[in-house]
Amino acid sequence: MNSPSTPTPFLDALPAVKLDRIPLLLLPVLALLALPLVGSFSTWVTLTFAGLAMGMIIFIIASGLTLVFGLMDVLNFGHGVFITLGAFLAASVLGRLTGWTESGSLLLNLVAVLPAMLAAMVVAGLVGFAFERLIIRPVYGQPLKQIMITMGGMIVGVELIKVIWGAQAIPLPLPTAFRGSLLFGDAAVEKYRLIAVVVGLGVFAVLSWVLSRTKLGLLIRAGVQDREMVESLGYRIGRLFIGVFVAGSALAGLGGVMWGLYQQTITPEMGGQINVLLFIVIIIGGMGSVGGCFIGSLLVGLMANYTGFLAPKVALFSNILLMVIVLMWRPEGLYPVGKR
Amino acid sequence: MIFNRLFSGDLPRSRVLLMVLVAILAGLLLTPFVFPGAKALNVAAKICIFIVLVASFDLLLGYTGIVSFAHTMFFGIGAYGVAIALTRLGPTWTAVAVGVGAAVLLSLVLSMVIGLFSLRVKAMFYAMITLAVATAFQTLASQLSEFTGGEDGLTFKVPELLSPAFSLSEQPFLGVSLDGRLIAFYLLLAITVALFLILLRIVNSPFGRVLQAIRENAFRAEALGYQTVVYRTWSNVLSAVFATLAGALLALWLRYNGPDTSLSFEIMIDILLMVVIGGMGTLYGSVIGATLFIIVQNYLQDLMRFASEGVSKVPFLRDLLHPDRWLLWLGILFVLSVYRFPTGIVGKLRSKARGYS
Repeated sequence: MNSPSTPTPFLDALPAVKLDRIPLLLLPVLALLALPLVGSFSTWVTLTFAGLAMGMIIFIIASGLTLVFGLMDVLNFGHGVFITLGAFLAASVLGRLTGWTESGSLLLNLVAVLPAMLAAMVVAGLVGFAFERLIIRPVYGQPLKQIMITMGGMIVGVELIKVIWGAQAIPLPLPTAFRGSLLFGDAAVEKYRLIAVVVGLGVFAVLSWVLSRTKLGLLIRAGVQDREMVESLGYRIGRLFIGVFVAGSALAGLGGVMWGLYQQTITPEMGGQINVLLFIVIIIGGMGSVGGCFIGSLLVGLMANYTGFLAPKVALFSNILLMVIVLMWRPEGLYPVGKR
Repeated sequence: MIFNRLFSGDLPRSRVLLMVLVAILAGLLLTPFVFPGAKALNVAAKICIFIVLVASFDLLLGYTGIVSFAHTMFFGIGAYGVAIALTRLGPTWTAVAVGVGAAVLLSLVLSMVIGLFSLRVKAMFYAMITLAVATAFQTLASQLSEFTGGEDGLTFKVPELLSPAFSLSEQPFLGVSLDGRLIAFYLLLAITVALFLILLRIVNSPFGRVLQAIRENAFRAEALGYQTVVYRTWSNVLSAVFATLAGALLALWLRYNGPDTSLSFEIMIDILLMVVIGGMGTLYGSVIGATLFIIVQNYLQDLMRFASEGVSKVPFLRDLLHPDRWLLWLGILFVLSVYRFPTGIVGKLRSKARGYS
């Protein structure tokens, strides 16, 4: 994202960003490396799809986190709360719509899931707004306090979720039409994973469009690169930031719904557990880079699934190993952002 | 003056604080005689262990300004060191020494490596990296089940002197039987006091001053000729070693260790809360924070149960006051203390004392 922009022949178009293609190659390289290790082709297809689906969900969650950091140097340790919130809201909404979710018709199922996602995004966004105002705003520019305060916000948030929904795990069953798998030759691909990949690609497409083709996106990208410059040109970075924070929280809520449906059981601690994975993803991608976050998420998702199959005991280390390798190659992540 | 020397010139400097500290020490000393029952003794022992643990974390967070989420990892290393050594070698003092020694060595190396690799980067990254490492370590501990007992943990015997079966004399003294538990408790208390005084010595040494300088302005400290990476790493190592010792004490006291008792992320959060509520950058804060937190953790629930029953007609309030939600209130207190009084209870008391004198 920060590579020098090339002049475009169209003067009225926003300057395009030259893409650094090498990190893109990592995905096929990792997938092809895993193929001989896994052995059977059909298993490999299944695992790859599972990895991509997981990666997409992680991307939905992590994209907001990385932008928020890029824009304001705010690392939200409480990001997990929005994931949990989204998942629990989905459980409540879907619980009321059991008639539709159990009907077996794909259309009715989608009609049931959409309001769940919408509710999760809206509420998570609103809570994100309050979170930014109450928790983060007073400690801008003080990293130590930020870490602690967002952690504190997370504790309070999780406890409040327990107050509302109870402390125990609740099931979040998939709607009937989303269950089961499709067969491609010998390879079984779960339907829900296909849906997750589609939704993830959709979110990525919308985000890329907003970031690269709109004025808002231009401002956000400029803010990530050099906050003071954008401010000195007369734009209120604070407003921009709160918008990004709310959008990021809403996306985390959406990701929470997806993740909850993926796991099919949700607990108040689920958000905190995924935090580590999110941090690994945004470090790999380069803090603040959405494109890097996308590749990082997919890498982590694929890695988790391949190692989960090959050597379950090292699954968590594999991601840390991945991070170390990437950082040795590019110390600031795949797509380093800005100059600080 | 002997006190001044013992406390490394860092006296409480507030009459209220002094009285509270004396009360805590007296309370701990007299627990076996004044508060009967196993629960009170366990709470007192836990307070001792956490005072050391929280003080060692304060060395890192409050004095050096580093946020690490790997502190429970070192705590766990200490606990597992003693647990594994006592399980393998039997209940002897040699085994305790071997366990503590091996654990301290491991912590030393690990903290040094983590420090040298990642303390060059910004606070944010260090927090994230330690979080990842600690999570990985926790998984490792529960995966190596033939070594660590997995999720079930290890139950083991401690040297005879400390075991409940040991008896110093047949006659109870002031109505308290003089068994191994009592000896273990006073040994624990003595070690806690000693470790605390050593930590106090460290933070008030020239080395400690440099740490505080780095906390205030790392750039200026570097410009004055102090290699901040080296100092930060040493701070990290020292704090890890003290955390390891606290972990060893925990294992010796509980005669059990598992991932949830010493490695879990909840404990990490607890420590963070204790440091901040008590007061960052002053070791007395860790005494107050740990004592307050653990008493609240163990006894607030009773109070809340009472309150919750009182409002059992009001649906939402009832859930808010449910005994299991004690962490909610401490979390709110934590957030408020980060904003309102970042120096914690001790800082507040001290500034008050300064205002009057």
